[in-house]
Amino acid sequence: MIVSVGGQLLGAALAPVIESGFFSSEAVQVSVAIGAVVAIVSGAVGMFTVMRGQSFAGEALGDIGTTGGSAAYLGGIGPLWGIVAIDIVAAAVMELIGIQRPRGRDLATGIVLGAFLGLAALLLYLNTTFHHATGAVNTILFGSVFTVAHSQIPAIAALSVAALAIVALLYRPLLLSSMSAEIAAARGIPVRFIGAAYLLAMALAVALASMTIGTILSTALLIGPAATALRLTRRPGVAIAVAAMLGVGAMWLGVLLAYDSFYWPPKGNGWPVSFFVVTLIFLAYLLSGLPALLSVRARARSA
Amino acid sequence: MFSGFMVNAWTVASIVAVVAGLVGFFAVLRGSAFVAHAVPNGSFAGAAGASLIGINTLVGLGAFSLLGAFGIGFLGRRGRHDVVTALALVLMLGLGSLFLSFSGEYAPQVYSLLFGEVLGISSNQVAPTAALALICVVAIVLLYRPLMLSSVLGEVGEARGVSSFRMELCFLAVVALLATMTVPVVGTTLIFSLMIGAPAAARSFTDRPLIAIALSVAIALITVWSAIAASYETNYPVGFFVGAISALAYALGRGWAAWRQRRHTGARPAFGASTPTAALPS
Repeated sequence: MIVSVGGQLLGAALAPVIESGFFSSEAVQVSVAIGAVVAIVSGAVGMFTVMRGQSFAGEALGDIGTTGGSAAYLGGIGPLWGIVAIDIVAAAVMELIGIQRPRGRDLATGIVLGAFLGLAALLLYLNTTFHHATGAVNTILFGSVFTVAHSQIPAIAALSVAALAIVALLYRPLLLSSMSAEIAAARGIPVRFIGAAYLLAMALAVALASMTIGTILSTALLIGPAATALRLTRRPGVAIAVAAMLGVGAMWLGVLLAYDSFYWPPKGNGWPVSFFVVTLIFLAYLLSGLPALLSVRARARSA
Repeated sequence: MFSGFMVNAWTVASIVAVVAGLVGFFAVLRGSAFVAHAVPNGSFAGAAGASLIGINTLVGLGAFSLLGAFGIGFLGRRGRHDVVTALALVLMLGLGSLFLSFSGEYAPQVYSLLFGEVLGISSNQVAPTAALALICVVAIVLLYRPLMLSSVLGEVGEARGVSSFRMELCFLAVVALLATMTVPVVGTTLIFSLMIGAPAAARSFTDRPLIAIALSVAIALITVWSAIAASYETNYPVGFFVGAISALAYALGRGWAAWRQRRHTGARPAFGASTPTAALPS
């Protein structure tokens, strides 16, 4: 409901650039709604990812989802539960072998990523051997927001609520332990438990994003808007709101541009949504660094 | 197993393993695992773009991996390094999906770029791989002392006139070269596992840098050789075996380090005892 009102407002504002039929297309409606949900969840979870310096883990879980997707494909079940299960397993292994220690964190993430990608190679090979499905690779890797099925919507809602609930329930201790693990530990916060619970929330959010909008966009929405927001404001609550808004904005504008691009060269072949969304997010991040850069320049000149 | 087309596979894989073991040692030392993943992975967009405009894919790969690496280097000066790496990676992948959408011709090759087709390496791929490998090795040998200093003790290096930023750019350029050289022949997954698993394992066995580098190269070589042999026997992809063996090597290294520590201290260290919160339930 809110989405359709927002869409109409957006439509009125952007009437000259919107190709006819944009809002009546069912694929567009689904992707606008799901894109918004995923962007909000990613923004809220992603702020902590950026604060905690776990971008690599966030990106790796997106890639590892490929392994789950191909396993599910091989087993003939829907990709959703394969991705969710494998991301939870991978997050647990990362936690066990030392993601909570800053020194070993990237290494632990890398080892887990390498092992799971190797497994993905095997599963994709078995898929092409047994199912003769050569196109499966690209579908699993790149995903497309225009191909989300209606039947997936309850699962998407459940995952979103679960990820947001973990972050909301742990909000204050999570915030403190993300800013300074030492201070949090001194205050008696179980830092390791909080870290593990957060990793679970991140695994759910990334699984949700990578199965609906693909692994590229899952990383882009998790890291980009949150990093941009944290450069614009120091207040965590405000940063989450800004990140969610930036993510939703990039997602909607990206879907719109992808829809419009069906009429761009080369004819009859739309440009991918992921390209537009990623570019918009990247530009927003670059622009958000501009004020700090200018003030440094100005100070250097006056000195 | 050692005849005909397999000779190319053994040659190229050995070259790749030597360079990956060497460059990977510095990647692990510098905590640059994410960059080692992002640059080869993102560079596939260059190959797709090059095939779109009809130029040599090696040129596209090289251009994209250098652009990506330097982009990460320059943006990382003002932003958080891991954030910038993630954003550079998704931007490259986004461009890659755009190029793929323009021309479906390249799509079937995505699998081989990601996971490699080691057993299908042709003779004319051996020379460029060897040449790029030589450049990588020479660069690391020339940079050895300043790079080691700035990787281990950045501030001491700065005081002695070794710019951390310049060293970072040099290192990123070597990673970009490595990506250009390896992605077309062995794929991004394999090279990443080799660059992280072998050096990480080697560092658990020794603290002395030159021995660790030699060990890292040796583990990388053993990993690819046994992976190719296993792949030849079973027909399963090489990338799978490399990933599994690398993880195993890392686990062995961690096990060895824990065992040695126990013998040194004489008592069994409590799991996670280094953090004050270890006693709390988790």
